[in-house]
Amino acid sequence: MRPDLRHVAVVPAYNEAATVGDVVRRIHADAPEWDVVVVDDGSTDSTADIAKAAGARVLRLPFNLGIGGAVQAGFTFAREHGYDVMAQVDGDGQHDPAELSKLVDYMRTHPELDVVCGSRFLLSGGDHRYPAPISRRTGIHIFAFLLSRFVRQPISDPTSGFRIYNRRAIRLFATDYPHDYPEVEAILMLHHHRLRMEEIPVRMYARGGGVSSISSGKSAYYMVKVLLALFVGLFRRRPLPEPGGSAPVAAETGF
Amino acid sequence: MDHRIQLVSIVGAAGLLLFVLEMVRRRRLLERYALLWLFSAIVLLGLAVWRDGLARLASAVGIAYPPNALFFVAFAFVLLLLLHFSAAVSRLADQTKVLAQRLALLEERLEEAETREDGATIGAAPRAAAAAQRLDDDVIEPVGAPRARRR
Repeated sequence: MRPDLRHVAVVPAYNEAATVGDVVRRIHADAPEWDVVVVDDGSTDSTADIAKAAGARVLRLPFNLGIGGAVQAGFTFAREHGYDVMAQVDGDGQHDPAELSKLVDYMRTHPELDVVCGSRFLLSGGDHRYPAPISRRTGIHIFAFLLSRFVRQPISDPTSGFRIYNRRAIRLFATDYPHDYPEVEAILMLHHHRLRMEEIPVRMYARGGGVSSISSGKSAYYMVKVLLALFVGLFRRRPLPEPGGSAPVAAETGF
Repeated sequence: MDHRIQLVSIVGAAGLLLFVLEMVRRRRLLERYALLWLFSAIVLLGLAVWRDGLARLASAVGIAYPPNALFFVAFAFVLLLLLHFSAAVSRLADQTKVLAQRLALLEERLEEAETREDGATIGAAPRAAAAAQRLDDDVIEPVGAPRARRR
């Protein structure tokens, strides 16, 4: 790990009081060079106070924006505070902070990459005992199949929220990040903006507590919504990239 | 066309037109949202008054009973307005999201600055509470409602 780079781990958390303190302490313990910012997405429990007590900086959103809005607050924070690398780590304990160094090492040895994403489906030797209902895994595989064709590179785990981003990706997503359920669309956006992204295997765990933002009742809605976003995203106008230039940005800031 | 339904149509469309104008005058409706309403009301009023035009429109699109064409046009405008408002709501939701993010970033920055200033976290919370209290106490006039216009 290069000591001159500044790293920030963004932890989006919505009513994760049961686990967020632990997540923050584990990042401090296992990945000490990372600053930790918890984005409290309008929680009604003591998520923010627990995160603060555990030593994180806390962005308190005044009301619930959904995971996309919460993570985008993290991108804006990372951009304004001049961080070189931002990580996204879920507040429910699914991701292992000890594996952050794996992601960073991979990005360091592959400097052409803007985003490195942890995939739970790339673990070798039948080691992916990812505990999820079959319906959700089917959904993930459908997204993976479609996305792999759209972006013309293999994508195995498009819903993974365990990712690191370099400055170009931070700048892009601080300006324009998808609403609601952003992970899948974000991959398509990276492709449109000619940013490079690759997956490496990571282990993921069952939630330590709290409730998933995607309950079983919502998963059908989630599927349809993301599929719509994907197909619309294919035809959405994106600014042309400048060859060799920095990431072109949608810049929809003028409203 | 039956004279009664023409009368009802004229009164309805004229009433809508006047109501929209009155809302704009009282600043209950922003001009940019009123324009589509005004346009709808004017077209409906025009068709209600000009029976020949309505009859021609009806035969052009294949509606046997001309007053139905009036409902057809009115329904088309309602759909248009709804779509217009969905777009407006989307824009507002996007702006609200950015505002919420900016607010969270500013609050965090303020809290950090106060913590550093006081050398302890204790000072920040009461001060934030006091600030919230001040906001509650202020009586805020609705935007764009100057008293002169109300008289």
